[in-house]
Amino acid sequence: MKPILLIENWKLGIKKNTFLSFVRKEFRHIFRDTWTMVILLLLPVLMLILFGYAITTEVKNSKIAIFDPSKDVATEAIIRKLAASQYFSVVKMLNSQTEIDETFKKGGINLIVVFNENFNENMMHTGTAQVQLIADGSDPNSAKTIVGYASNIIAAYQQEIFKINNIPYQINPEVKLLYNPQLKGAYNFVPGVMGMILMLICAMMTSISIAREKEMGTMEILLVSPMKPIYIILSKAAPYFVLSLVNLTTILVLSVFMLGVPIAGSFVSLIVLSLVYIFVSLALGLLISSIVNSQLVALLISGMVLMLPVIMLSGLMFPIENMPVFFQWISQIIPAKWYIIGVKNIMIKGLGFSSIINELLVLGAMAVVLIGVSLKKFKIRLE
Amino acid sequence: MLKYLLEKEFKQILRNKFLPRMVFLMPFIALSLFPLVANFTIKNTNLSIVDNNHSPYSERLVQKICSSGYFRLTNVSSNYPDALQSIELDKADVILEIPPRFEEDLVKERKATVMISANTVNGMKGGLSSSYLVSILTDFSAEVRSEWFQSNTRLSAPSMEIIPRYSFNPQLEYKFTMIPAIMMMMLSMICGFLPALNIVGEKENGTIDQMNVTPVSKFTLILSKLIPYWVIGFIVLTICFFVAWAFYGLVSLGSYSTIYLFAAVFVLAYSGFGLVISNYAKSIQQAMFMMFFFVITFIFLSGLYTPVSSMPDWLQVFSRFSPLRYMVEVLRSVYLKGSNPIQLGGHFAALCGFAIFFNGWAVLSYRKTQ
Repeated sequence: MKPILLIENWKLGIKKNTFLSFVRKEFRHIFRDTWTMVILLLLPVLMLILFGYAITTEVKNSKIAIFDPSKDVATEAIIRKLAASQYFSVVKMLNSQTEIDETFKKGGINLIVVFNENFNENMMHTGTAQVQLIADGSDPNSAKTIVGYASNIIAAYQQEIFKINNIPYQINPEVKLLYNPQLKGAYNFVPGVMGMILMLICAMMTSISIAREKEMGTMEILLVSPMKPIYIILSKAAPYFVLSLVNLTTILVLSVFMLGVPIAGSFVSLIVLSLVYIFVSLALGLLISSIVNSQLVALLISGMVLMLPVIMLSGLMFPIENMPVFFQWISQIIPAKWYIIGVKNIMIKGLGFSSIINELLVLGAMAVVLIGVSLKKFKIRLE
Repeated sequence: MLKYLLEKEFKQILRNKFLPRMVFLMPFIALSLFPLVANFTIKNTNLSIVDNNHSPYSERLVQKICSSGYFRLTNVSSNYPDALQSIELDKADVILEIPPRFEEDLVKERKATVMISANTVNGMKGGLSSSYLVSILTDFSAEVRSEWFQSNTRLSAPSMEIIPRYSFNPQLEYKFTMIPAIMMMMLSMICGFLPALNIVGEKENGTIDQMNVTPVSKFTLILSKLIPYWVIGFIVLTICFFVAWAFYGLVSLGSYSTIYLFAAVFVLAYSGFGLVISNYAKSIQQAMFMMFFFVITFIFLSGLYTPVSSMPDWLQVFSRFSPLRYMVEVLRSVYLKGSNPIQLGGHFAALCGFAIFFNGWAVLSYRKTQ
C-alpha cells in the first residue's frame, strides 16, 4: 500500500473514531442529566395527554340555574327535559331576577333559564310566552354551544306539544363527517404536538448544549482537537437527532393506541416528511448557537423566536384563517406550519405522497438555506 | 440584612442586559398581539357546492346559505369527486351536494334529501360548521313551509319565543375572553421562569457558595429572592392593564385593587414554586425543562383555552392543583363580570394555600450544605 494512501486511511480512521467518541461524549452529557432526560422523554406523553383530553369543548353536565315565576305544567315539563339531557344538570332555582347577576359573578353556572310569568297560558293563547337563555358570554364558544343545545331541547318540546308530526316540505340533511367522524380534538392536535416537540428537542436543546460549552469555556478545548469544527457541531446534533426519533415513535405509538388517531396514509411518506422537518429544526438550532454565547440568551431566543411562533402561529392551537392577514403572512415562514399541514394530509386525511410535495419543497428549501447560513456564520475562533 | 440582600438582587436584575427589557417588552408585545391571533371563533367557513338540480328552489337555498354570513362560497363543482378534491387541498371545508331530483322531491314528495360532507380534521370547526349548515336548512324548509301554509290554509300554531342572551360579552368577542387569560399567562411566565432560573443560576456561577457562608437565614434568603419578583409582577400587571385599555378598550368591570390583591398572592405562590424548582435543579437547562413541563401542564389544566367543565372528570380533579386555574377564573370574573373579593373568597383561600405551601417548601428545600 502506498504511504500516502496509508496516511489518508489513518486520517480517515481518526476522523471516524474521533467523531464517534464525540458523539458518545454528547450522549453521556444527556444520559448523566437524569432529570432532563426523563422530562425529554415524558414531555411528548404529557403533551399528548393534555391535548388529547384537556383541550376539548365538549359540552356535558353544564350547570344551569332556573328562574321560574310561573311554575306551571309547561315550565316544569321543560325543566324536566333539560335536567334529563346529558348536557345539563339543574343545580339551582333562583327566587328573583336580581339573583341572576350575583349567580354569574360567583361563577360555576354556565346558563340561566328565565321563564316569564303565566308561561303556559301565554303559550297556549296569546303566543307571548318567552323563555330567555342567558349564557355566560365570558366563554364565547361554549356559551354558543350551550345555548344551541338548550334551544334544541325546548324546540323539541314545542313540537311535541303542538303535535306537528307530518311536517310538509322537509329537507333532510345527510351529514357525512370526513376523516374524523367522532369529532375528536386529538385528530387536530397530534400533528401540532409532533411539530412542537420535534422543534423543542432539535432546535432548543442543540442550541443550549452548544451555548453551554461556550459559557463553560469547554468549547475552546473542543475546537483545538484534531476534529474539524463542523464535525464537532454535527456530533452535538447527533444525539438530539436520535432523541427526536425516539420521541416521534412515542408520539405515533401513543396517538394510535391511546388516543385512537390512526395513520391513514403512507407511513413512509410520514417519516420522510418528519426527517426533513427534523433537519430544518436542527439547522435552526445550529444557527441560534452560532449567534449566541450564553445559555440564557439561547433559551430566550429559542423560546421567543421558535417556541412562541410555533405555538401561536403554526395552526397548532389557533386556526390560521382566523388571524389578521399580517400574521397569516408571517405564518408562511414558520416551518412547523408546513409540517403540520403535511402531517394532517398524510396521517389524518390519508392522502398520497403527491399531496405533500409542496410542503416537502418548502421545508427542503428552508433546510438548505438555514444550513448554508449557519455554516457561513459558524466561527472557529472564540473572541 | 434583608435590605442589603434586596439591593443585591435588584442590582443583579437591573444590570442584566435582557431581564429589564423583557419585563417591560414581553407583556406589552404579548398583550398587544396575542388577542389578535388567539381566536377560536368559527367564521369564514369555505363552502363548496355541487348543485345537480339547478332549479329555482336549489338556487334559492344556495343564496340563503351564502347570505347567512357563516359561509364563503369558494367553488361550485360539477361533481362530488371534484368537490372532495377541494377539501383535500384545503380550499373548502364543507361540501353541500344537492341531488338531481331535489325540487321534484320537495314539491311532490314533500321531502328532499341533501348531502353535507364536512372536513373534521379540526373537530370543533367541522362539527360547528356542519351544524350551522343544518340549521340553515331547517330555516329554509320552515320558510318554504310557511309559504305553503299561507297559500293553503289558515293554520296558525301558538308558539313561544326563545331568546338567547349572552351576559358580560354580548358580541361574543373572543378577544375579551383571552385578554384576562393572557395577563395571567404573562404573570406566570415572567414571575415563574425568572425565579426558577435565579438560584440555579447562582449555583452555576458559583456565587451561591458566597451566600451560603454568610449568617443569612434560609428564610431571609428566600424572602430576598421573592420580593423582587413580587415587584416585577405588579409592573407586569400594570403594563397589561394599560395595553388592554389602550389597544382594545377593555376596562375592568370590577375594581383593579381586587386584581392587585389576588395577583399579590398569586405571584407569591408562583414565584415560590419557581424557587422550589430552582432549589432542586442542578443546571439552568434542567430548571428550564422542569419549569416548562409544569407550566405547560398548569396552563392546559387552567381552562385558559377551553373550559375546565368540558374536561373529563379525572382531569377536572387534577385541575384543582393548578394555581393558574384560580387566577384565570379570578381575572375573567373581575374583568368581565365585575366580581368582588367576597364572591371570589374560595379562590382567595386556595391561592393563599398555594402561597404558603410553595414558599414553605422553598425554604425547607433550600440546602446550605451540599
